[in-house]
Amino acid sequence: MEKTETFIAALILAAVVSVAGIIVSIKVTAKERLRISTTTSLYDSGLLEAIRNQYETKRSISIQIISRGTGLAVKLAQGGDADMILVHAPSKEFFFLKQGYGVCRKIIAYNFFAIVGPETDPAEIRELTPLEALAKIVEAGRNGQAKWVSRGDESGTHIKEKVLWEAAGFIWENLRSEISWYREASKGMGGALILASERSAYTLTDMGTYLSHSKAGLIALDVLVSEGEELLNVYSVIAVNQTRHPHTNFNGAIDFIKFLVSDEGQQLIGDYGKDDYGQPLFYPAVKLLQENNDPVTDSIKEYAFFNGTECPAEYRGDYLELYG
Amino acid sequence: MSLEIIEIILRSIYVSGTATLLSAVWSLPLGLTIGVKNFYGKRFVKGVFNAFLGMPTVVLGLVLFLLIRHAGPFGFLNLMFTPLAIIVGQAVLITPIMVSFITSAVESIDSDIRDLAKTLGATEIQASLAVLKEATGGTLLAFIASFNRAIAEMGIAYMVGGSIPGFTMVLTTAIALQRDMANIELGLTLAAILLSIVFAINLTLNLIQKRKP
Repeated sequence: MEKTETFIAALILAAVVSVAGIIVSIKVTAKERLRISTTTSLYDSGLLEAIRNQYETKRSISIQIISRGTGLAVKLAQGGDADMILVHAPSKEFFFLKQGYGVCRKIIAYNFFAIVGPETDPAEIRELTPLEALAKIVEAGRNGQAKWVSRGDESGTHIKEKVLWEAAGFIWENLRSEISWYREASKGMGGALILASERSAYTLTDMGTYLSHSKAGLIALDVLVSEGEELLNVYSVIAVNQTRHPHTNFNGAIDFIKFLVSDEGQQLIGDYGKDDYGQPLFYPAVKLLQENNDPVTDSIKEYAFFNGTECPAEYRGDYLELYG
Repeated sequence: MSLEIIEIILRSIYVSGTATLLSAVWSLPLGLTIGVKNFYGKRFVKGVFNAFLGMPTVVLGLVLFLLIRHAGPFGFLNLMFTPLAIIVGQAVLITPIMVSFITSAVESIDSDIRDLAKTLGATEIQASLAVLKEATGGTLLAFIASFNRAIAEMGIAYMVGGSIPGFTMVLTTAIALQRDMANIELGLTLAAILLSIVFAINLTLNLIQKRKP
């Protein structure tokens, strides 16, 4: 082989790599970065990308979204690998605050989970209350007529599922061992939905992921139960405590929280999905909690408040203006 | 094609290309040394590199994650969720490929060249370089195969890169994400692009092999 040809090939490789590198790095270097670890349902629905685009246009900051399940999102922030979390599991959030990892919690949005399943509905749960439906699914499952797919990944949806089983009078650890009908997906919501569809099983899902997958023709599942305050799903944002992790971008986190609870941010949340699905995927929560004149307000307070507030005073830091 | 997709393609090339060049920094001398020198345990060393050829990327990704997370031993480097973290990870991943390829390329060159160079008064390093020069084809092959493995891997890019849109998302993690977002068309487009890159590289590889005397 000709030496010159090899040399030229190597030169081209090096040139391509460095040109690509320069183009890619120009955009992000020297920019302040804000790392948000978040639940997959917020990212996969596309909402967070929409928020990021609008937020970044006005500021010189690079929003870096790490999209994992709520369980891992919280762990990353505890370890100091994120500046803030955006999650939906009140029990984990309270723990996060109590252990001193987080401050300035704000509830930003809510929606409802749904129980979806095959159109044939072998357990006959259509239009039942959530807890009745779960009892029926267990019964049918034990008779070999129905199957259930669980996220099984400590995500917010999985935590909700466990709470629902308990409320319906079952011990989740026991159900888990009934592998003839109860299967853990150990995947994101999309993966769990596809698995449920392939197995003609029931599962618990957020509406955003369900609608996007249904519209794309990836799943053949119907929404069977979507009414009932037990299915409430509340999204909150918490900044990582800077006294715990001094290297984190605390000011950036606070500014982003302020944006999310502002009229602009709340409208963005409330409008998202209307064009694509004919219905919003998330409902803004800030005004609702201030005005206190909607029945859902009480449900949110009962489900996602700690000691009667979205963020107890000792975890508010110096940012009292966030709490009206 | 949207700007975002072009950015992901360029980032993939940049990350995996840099990883290849970085790996060469230590793999070239390593492969060369193993190839030209005769020492006790040489077969064992070669065996180790061969064994790591099939290193599962998620395993390496997990190990790196534990090392570079903020609470880990290398947390102070602030590498977590940056392109540099993927570059370092991929550079480690492809080291066995590069070393093995270079070692065999060097071994296939007649050892007379080294002896001849030495007889003509070359130092040890100069003599080794003369051997490397003869093995250019094989060395280029090592670079290409390494780049190929790097750009097609996903475990490291996902675990330590975090697949952050606009920052560390590369082709493989973007494809996985599009599935999760139910954007099958975009996922297929990205898959086609990744395949084209890998095929083009393989084609070059075959051409080089064919032309080798």
